Amino acid sequence: MTIEIFLQHLLNGLTLGSLYALIAIGYTMVYGILRLINFAHSEIFMLGAYFVFWGVTLFHLPWPLALVAAVAAVALVGVLVDRVAYRPLRDAPRISALISAIGVSFFLQNVAIVLFKAIPREVYRPEWLENPMIMGGVRVLPLTLFVPVLSLLLMLGLMYIVYHTKPGLGMRAISKDIETSALMGVPVNSIIALTFGLGSALAAASGIMWALRYPQLQPIMGVIPGFKAFIAAVFGGIGSIPGAVIGGLVLGFLEILIVAFFPDLAGYRDAFAFVLLIVVLLVKPTGLLGARPEEKV
Amino acid sequence: MLKVTDLHVSYGGIHALQGISLEAPAGKIVTLIGANGAGKSSTLRAIAGLIKSKTGSITYEGEELTTLDPAAIVRRGIALSPEGRRIFPHLSVRENLLLGAYSRRDSAGIARDMEWVFDLFPRLRERSEQKGGTLSGGEQQMLAVARALMSRPQVLMLDEPSLGLAPLLVKDVFSIIERINAEGRTVLLVEQNAFAALKIAHYAYVLETGRITLHGTGEELLADQRVIQAYLGG
Repeated sequence: MTIEIFLQHLLNGLTLGSLYALIAIGYTMVYGILRLINFAHSEIFMLGAYFVFWGVTLFHLPWPLALVAAVAAVALVGVLVDRVAYRPLRDAPRISALISAIGVSFFLQNVAIVLFKAIPREVYRPEWLENPMIMGGVRVLPLTLFVPVLSLLLMLGLMYIVYHTKPGLGMRAISKDIETSALMGVPVNSIIALTFGLGSALAAASGIMWALRYPQLQPIMGVIPGFKAFIAAVFGGIGSIPGAVIGGLVLGFLEILIVAFFPDLAGYRDAFAFVLLIVVLLVKPTGLLGARPEEKV
Repeated sequence: MLKVTDLHVSYGGIHALQGISLEAPAGKIVTLIGANGAGKSSTLRAIAGLIKSKTGSITYEGEELTTLDPAAIVRRGIALSPEGRRIFPHLSVRENLLLGAYSRRDSAGIARDMEWVFDLFPRLRERSEQKGGTLSGGEQQMLAVARALMSRPQVLMLDEPSLGLAPLLVKDVFSIIERINAEGRTVLLVEQNAFAALKIAHYAYVLETGRITLHGTGEELLADQRVIQAYLGG
């Protein structure tokens, strides 16, 4: 393998990893606060891709505007899912919310089948993302750079909100102790809604970029990336945002490199992620950066 | 004035409060004493809005609080420093204090009050960038009280502020409670340390299994034979 091809693989790994990381952040934030695996998150990812498709074909929006509108609309859907399907179950046993999440997942998939039809759709891709550039002997699609750069910006924006703003402080507080946060005057339900909104926005951005890279839309397109991002979140330590980013990147790199070095195993690339999940759960269930469950004193 | 009338609370089949009535007049220290499980914490938690299913009435300055959520009650000027301190171990001392001021928007006032609580608790100033979880038990207790003060409450409710503290620190905590009260704030204090609580209290209530069995000024209860026998180790 030449160095150029190796670099190409690394870039691909970075792209795929960033996409996983963006989805994984949403899983990990919701889990960190509600101890809930939001299974509907894969469908949020899928809606992002379709909403851009709608924006461009149905509303004839310019692509950048369609992108922003889709992210905003999906964030609203995420908030709505929490309001309708999870918030009424806040005081119920945790398993009830989990079942509700699975229900929402199926519901959104089927809504997508009705609205967008089950046939795979072609995605509009702006031309400037398509024309290859030569950088240091490596042939690079602008898309391959666009994805990691935009992902990085989004992640930095999220980190800023979480670690340097007042609502972010509220989020970090309720992730540890909802009741005491409420005592401090933190509006718990609004902060949870904000968490769903932010997580969904990132998943939507991931879905949109995913559709640029693998340009086909299907109502079930979120399922496999969703599972893998979930694995990335567990691997990084569920509840930890930096963990989700690292987990996503590691999974993306490993997947690309395994296929690159062992082409015979290409058919197992999805299975590989699940093997990783099983190993993590057996060896270090709290993941790379996950907190040890604390004993109540 | 904070006024509780015929408050009933039950959870998990236990009738924890069975018709509590009490008053905390403005600017006074009022204490609730009683054995473990008598309902002292439940009373404070109900006032703070943490217990949803309750009957009876809780009013502050004439306004009904029973239907409000905890954030709204904090905004009305009533803060609770909960039992067990419940500080945020993963956040810095400063962030813990900022959370206490979450309901406020006046950043200048928040900065001023941060200085004020640092003056009350100089140890917290020294440790302001440290994570709350690295503080000693006594410092965590100070942080819990300081955090409640950061909402600039008119009524400060303290649940067992002296629990687990060394005797010298207990003295500090009580003198700080008196200082806070001297600034015109109402204090509603729940304590195991009945003697110390009664000594600083203007008025006191004794709770037994969800009912108020005795009440009077701190001095009266300190002299009451039943109180001496049951709570003061006489």
